[in-house]
Amino acid sequence: MEDISVFDVIGPNMIGPSSSHTAGALKIALMARHLVKGPVQAVTFRLFGSFARTYRGHGTDRALIAGILGFDTEDRRIRDAYELAEQAGLKVTFEVDTQDQDVHPNTVRIQLVDGDGRVHSVEGSSIGGGEVVLKRLDGVAVNISGSGCTLLVKHIDKPGALAYIATCTSQWNINIAALAMHREARGETAYAELTIDSPAPSSMLDALRAHPLVTEVTQIII
Amino acid sequence: MKFKTGAALLEQCEKNHITISEAMIRREMEISGTERAVILERMGRAWQIMKDAVQEGREGNLRSIGGLIGGESKKLLDHISSRSLMRKAAAYAMGVLEVNASMGLIVAAPTAGSSGVIPGVFMSVQEKENFTDEQMMLALFNAGAVGYLITQNATVAGAEGGCQAEIGSAAAMAASAVVELMGGTPEQCLAAASDVISSMLGLVCDPVAGLVEIPCQKRNATAACNALICAEMALAGIASPIPFDEMVTAMYRVGCSIPYELRETALGGVAATPTACALCDQILCARNNK
Repeated sequence: MEDISVFDVIGPNMIGPSSSHTAGALKIALMARHLVKGPVQAVTFRLFGSFARTYRGHGTDRALIAGILGFDTEDRRIRDAYELAEQAGLKVTFEVDTQDQDVHPNTVRIQLVDGDGRVHSVEGSSIGGGEVVLKRLDGVAVNISGSGCTLLVKHIDKPGALAYIATCTSQWNINIAALAMHREARGETAYAELTIDSPAPSSMLDALRAHPLVTEVTQIII
Repeated sequence: MKFKTGAALLEQCEKNHITISEAMIRREMEISGTERAVILERMGRAWQIMKDAVQEGREGNLRSIGGLIGGESKKLLDHISSRSLMRKAAAYAMGVLEVNASMGLIVAAPTAGSSGVIPGVFMSVQEKENFTDEQMMLALFNAGAVGYLITQNATVAGAEGGCQAEIGSAAAMAASAVVELMGGTPEQCLAAASDVISSMLGLVCDPVAGLVEIPCQKRNATAACNALICAEMALAGIASPIPFDEMVTAMYRVGCSIPYELRETALGGVAATPTACALCDQILCARNNK
């Protein structure tokens, strides 16, 4: 167990009423928002388990919208997320699924339509105390927790990609705390997911993007 | 400075001639590698949020999303002719729960469902004794030390240990901090915390319709009063024979034997009464017709 900080006990500072149903939900949506470049024109949230049953009473719906709008968990505007989404021209849809038993009780599947009409999908679960895990990105199984800095490198599943990523982190003196690889299938789209101890500078992100096997680089800082 | 039990904390305090809050600040500097000034500033912001939440609650304009609470803090304050410490603490604690349930900004201390106790106790004590904001901010480290010890050795989650673990812990944290503010010793601080835990042992978590509204709001109010009474008992020098660490273990064991229905699932206790079930249906129906 990691050392418990005094601010884990006197904190987090958050918009109520529930760390898992409000703050956690917002974080999942915020991480999903980071994964889409440029504007989002429409979003559909499919809710499961406890999210599906109690989302309105816990303000889960407003928190999810607020995450897509880019707000953090302390933002007092979360209350007015529906109105603010309308003003921003964001089309919002909610669906509930109380049948699926195979997912974590606080799970949401988010479908985002970007400015060019492309559809992105993200599945995440709120696992308690405001902590979250992203489980799926565009159909690929992942396991991303939103704490600290996460670097997500989408690439083609071929030899050399990871070596290049590691070389970059070494060159820019970025320490890797954890590393995981996920792929659709052999030779197809894959993700390298790095938890890093300090944010990667944009020069490093550009260097990663320059490699022929790398198709997309996203840094998520929560 | 590392300590994982109440006994170890008291030993550190005695050896270094420091308060519990000072021990907690030194520990935080060590584990986070952060300067004292940064840590104090961050706690100052938490204190400011707590004060703002008490203020927002007492104005009486809030309505919870579930629609079960709103306006109680103001009602209680308006009703009170003599604004005693106890009554204010209760009213302020209720107000913060209104802020929480209406999607306002609070500090989870230790959780969102128990977020009213510490601000309620702290604000009422500050008004009575004229403590500075800096004194209150430092006292939050004392409360944090107690919350940390409970998290380390038991749990503060209602879903795991029931309401005793959640609001009970908040009250134990508040009681210990008040003792330090009033000039009590570190031993007296943990005695007050221990007394709170023993007096709230077994309390179940049974929120109506699964929302952080009923009975959470009133339990925050009564727990705030409980904290003040236990602090007074400790300050009066009344002995508390069961050590804090043993009481925390007892609380954890009781928590483990609380059935699933009474741990935040809204399947038992207050939540399972016919009236609560009717309220639950009413809330769901009102929403489906929206």
